[in-house]
Amino acid sequence: MLTLSHFLILGAIMFAISVVGIFLNRKNLIIILMSIELMLLAVNMNFIAFSHFMQDLAGQVFVFFILTVAAAEAAIGLAILVVLFRNLKTIHVDDLDSLKG
Amino acid sequence: MEFKTFVFYFFSAILVFAGLRVITSRNPVHAALFLVLAFFSASGVWMLLQAEFLAIALILIYVGAVMVLFLFVVMMLDINLDRLREGFWSYLPLGSIIALLMVAEMALILGGNYLGLLESSVPQASAEASNVKAIGRLIFTQYVYPFELASVILLVGIVAAVALTQRGKRKNKSVNPSQQVFVKAADRLRVLQMPAEKRD
Repeated sequence: MLTLSHFLILGAIMFAISVVGIFLNRKNLIIILMSIELMLLAVNMNFIAFSHFMQDLAGQVFVFFILTVAAAEAAIGLAILVVLFRNLKTIHVDDLDSLKG
Repeated sequence: MEFKTFVFYFFSAILVFAGLRVITSRNPVHAALFLVLAFFSASGVWMLLQAEFLAIALILIYVGAVMVLFLFVVMMLDINLDRLREGFWSYLPLGSIIALLMVAEMALILGGNYLGLLESSVPQASAEASNVKAIGRLIFTQYVYPFELASVILLVGIVAAVALTQRGKRKNKSVNPSQQVFVKAADRLRVLQMPAEKRD
């Protein structure tokens, strides 16, 4: 029998995988962006599971908005990445030190 | 085992495998393709939760648009893979400890006492019930203003992406304010000395 916990733990595992992804690939901006997409997927999974088990469609509407914002975020993030590469000829995180932070 | 449970475990095994491959694969193109696989299996899980509209929307938006964008960008950039991978495994202990802690904490909250939460209280939706119709009704009545705001966000995304990546000279007649502030009268007006000419 499938319960709410099944879906929530699946979401937790996906979220943890994407956190590890950010840790492992901290030199690679593209994979970091992909990990953020995975993270949003895990969050959406929780929203839909609660929406189904509580019989409330508001959760699914919220997921719809999250998808919208995530699409805009991915587009702008990739545009920034392209501009960065055009100016610096690299996307290596260690080379992005012009602010001396 | 019930068939639904089998389908759930099947899709979630593929999802976890694809997620792990996304974060460990050497080639960013492979990572993007595994992310596509992850989205497909996630939409299978969402189908199981009777969220048909969002399952289709996930495939259309993510696989059809966002991942194509990712693939284009990965192919446009000339990446030195070896340099990006340096120190890759050295972060694994810290990352995995944090990840295990997070999973354990969330499992303690979500599993534990509540394992079996809402086990059988969910009525099965009838075959005629339309998820798309229900969500559409909700979006266009109760959530109509957030829905309009979402379209504004998408417009901002379009404009920002185009403005950021536009190449070449901007074809407008904007002036540089800092130069304009420092302008002096002598830069604009030149007084010439000319000998007066005689009248005929």
